[in-house]
Amino acid sequence: MFEIFGIPSQALFSQLLIGLINGSFYALLSLGLAVIFGMLNIINFTHGAQYMLGAFAAFLLLQYTGIGYWPALIVAPVLVGLIGMAIERTMLQWLYKLDHLYGLLLTFGLALIIEGLARNYYGSAGLPYQMPEALVGGYDLGFMRLPIYRAWVIVASLTVCLATWFVIERTRLGAYLRAATENPALVRAFGINVPRMITFTYGFGVALAAFAGVMAAPIYNVSPQMGSSLIIVVFAVVVIGGMGSIMGAIVTGFGLGVIEGLTKVFFPEASNTVIFVIMAIVLLVRPAGLFGRRA
Amino acid sequence: MKRLVSLSAFAALLMTGTVQSPAQAQQVSVKIGVMSDMSSLYADIAGPGSTAAAKLAIADFAKANPNVKVELVSADHQNKADVGSGVVNKWYDTENVDLVIDVPNSGVALAVSQIAATKNKVFIVSGAAASDLTGSKCNANTVHWTYDTWMLANGTGKALVKTGGDTWFFLTADYAFGHALERDTAAAVEANGGKVLGKVRHPLNTNDFSSFLLQAQTSKAKVIGLANAGGDTINSIKAGAEFGIVKGGQKFAGLLVFASDVNALGLAIAQGLTLTETWYWDLNDTNRAWTKRWQTERAAAGKFPTMVQAGVYSGVTHYLKAVAALKSAADGKAVVAQMKKTPTDDPLFGKGTIRADGRKIHDAYLLEVKSPAESKHPGDFYKLKATIPAAEAFRPLKDGNCPLVSG
Repeated sequence: MFEIFGIPSQALFSQLLIGLINGSFYALLSLGLAVIFGMLNIINFTHGAQYMLGAFAAFLLLQYTGIGYWPALIVAPVLVGLIGMAIERTMLQWLYKLDHLYGLLLTFGLALIIEGLARNYYGSAGLPYQMPEALVGGYDLGFMRLPIYRAWVIVASLTVCLATWFVIERTRLGAYLRAATENPALVRAFGINVPRMITFTYGFGVALAAFAGVMAAPIYNVSPQMGSSLIIVVFAVVVIGGMGSIMGAIVTGFGLGVIEGLTKVFFPEASNTVIFVIMAIVLLVRPAGLFGRRA
Repeated sequence: MKRLVSLSAFAALLMTGTVQSPAQAQQVSVKIGVMSDMSSLYADIAGPGSTAAAKLAIADFAKANPNVKVELVSADHQNKADVGSGVVNKWYDTENVDLVIDVPNSGVALAVSQIAATKNKVFIVSGAAASDLTGSKCNANTVHWTYDTWMLANGTGKALVKTGGDTWFFLTADYAFGHALERDTAAAVEANGGKVLGKVRHPLNTNDFSSFLLQAQTSKAKVIGLANAGGDTINSIKAGAEFGIVKGGQKFAGLLVFASDVNALGLAIAQGLTLTETWYWDLNDTNRAWTKRWQTERAAAGKFPTMVQAGVYSGVTHYLKAVAALKSAADGKAVVAQMKKTPTDDPLFGKGTIRADGRKIHDAYLLEVKSPAESKHPGDFYKLKATIPAAEAFRPLKDGNCPLVSG
């Protein structure tokens, strides 16, 4: 056993791994935010509430219809995504031409309303959600015990993130989307229904948040305020990565998870401020973010 | 002159008139304010459920004492000391509130306690935990009703050391409440022959505890003491189950766990957890009957009242008795003195007393969370392991450094 900076290597490796796991959640959530901002120019403050809705949907599906974890991974994001699309159609679509501030106010207000309703009906303490049988247990890696569920989180999150990146950056559909953000009028002239495409994009971004929510349900407390404590960190991740940059969101999500994990060993008290310190430094040196293109 | 004489004669007639008709007993008016966390993390522990408990207490009291007119108001302090102070100042100054009750969150409670003392009103703490409220920060206008950090530490800490859990590692929420709980528990552990191997302080509202739990795991301590509350406690225990902490032979000590937290964890994960409370809804028939009434009043059939809410009922009841005896609620110090003079007696907490430092004394219960198989009906959370007698449950009077006691 050797030591690095006075910390046993065993502890260091396990913290790196745990950092990657937390980074998976940051990446999933910031990816959704980046997609929505990149395509709609809306700062989606409802994202935390939509993440919470995903976890609640998983709980409700199990409670009232007996639908378990695996189907919920698909069903819950689709349901929450549909709610998101309804929100986009009825409210958000009127704000694209206005200042960012209006979208921010609307989505923040919606987040408060959704969280308030959840608290009113289900209380603030939280709801129990069982882990699926197949994922209970863990592997002994020698330096730590890796719960199967956490390994699954990394795999699922990486897959979803890379697939999203591929669709947007490397396919024809993604090309339409990016073109529609640059010049909607021209894309329309080619016979593409831009408003519908934007609605689906918002629905997809929201579904990503809900997916993260279902992933979180077995390991974190499922409560109305579960999203609001996470969303601020995720916004910092997006700002560091560069607003609207898909790959930026993914890489920074994982990277900051690791940095936060290491802080928990060296100086635990600072573990929830370290990300904001990094954000401040990045904004000073590269105002557009690490992966951002200058506007 | 003539008119003045006739007026005073009339007045005298009126006065004798009231004296002569006992049916028209002297009316006493009281106004009670329930201030709590109505919309955030402590809303299930106290919140609207505390208001419901106060309503029940007032209804019960009014039956026996029709001459006391009681008004009830409530407010949300949003866990902010400045918001709480603003509300209480307004209540005491312009809205004639005589008693403020509940106030979960020790930060807000310490601020309100100061205000009550300056304005000579009454403050009964049910929701907050800091033992400083009857220690160095005590005053003659504040009564600490339900529980405190010393009692939690002593109950759970002592019991675990005695059953073999003699080495400890703390996960502590990094603010005043967590530090107080860790300090009091470490003292209890060491006093009973145990040893503290280490601790880690985490920020409030941490999402992921796996890093901290790995540190606890490598310490090889037999007991991992959770000096935190609410969502932090739930997240610690959930992650602990996943990382095989309990299976590996280590045990969690939930130093502040409420029934609502156990419900959020689910019995499958929470089973075996040892904790201390001063009131449990399923302990006896009286408590169960009261719980039914509370559920109707609160319009929440699936919810179960916590010790904090029961404490509000009990506190309001004793306060109103003192006001009725004095026939006035005007002098806060006098009311609290009267409350300390008379022994307490109510259906929920039984017989008890209030000490000179403002500490209400009653039994505490050492409980263990049942396994899913043992739980027979909704809300059937705990097994009673031991009853800690009132005299031992709370910090000895002389150890608190309360100025009311020493000087």
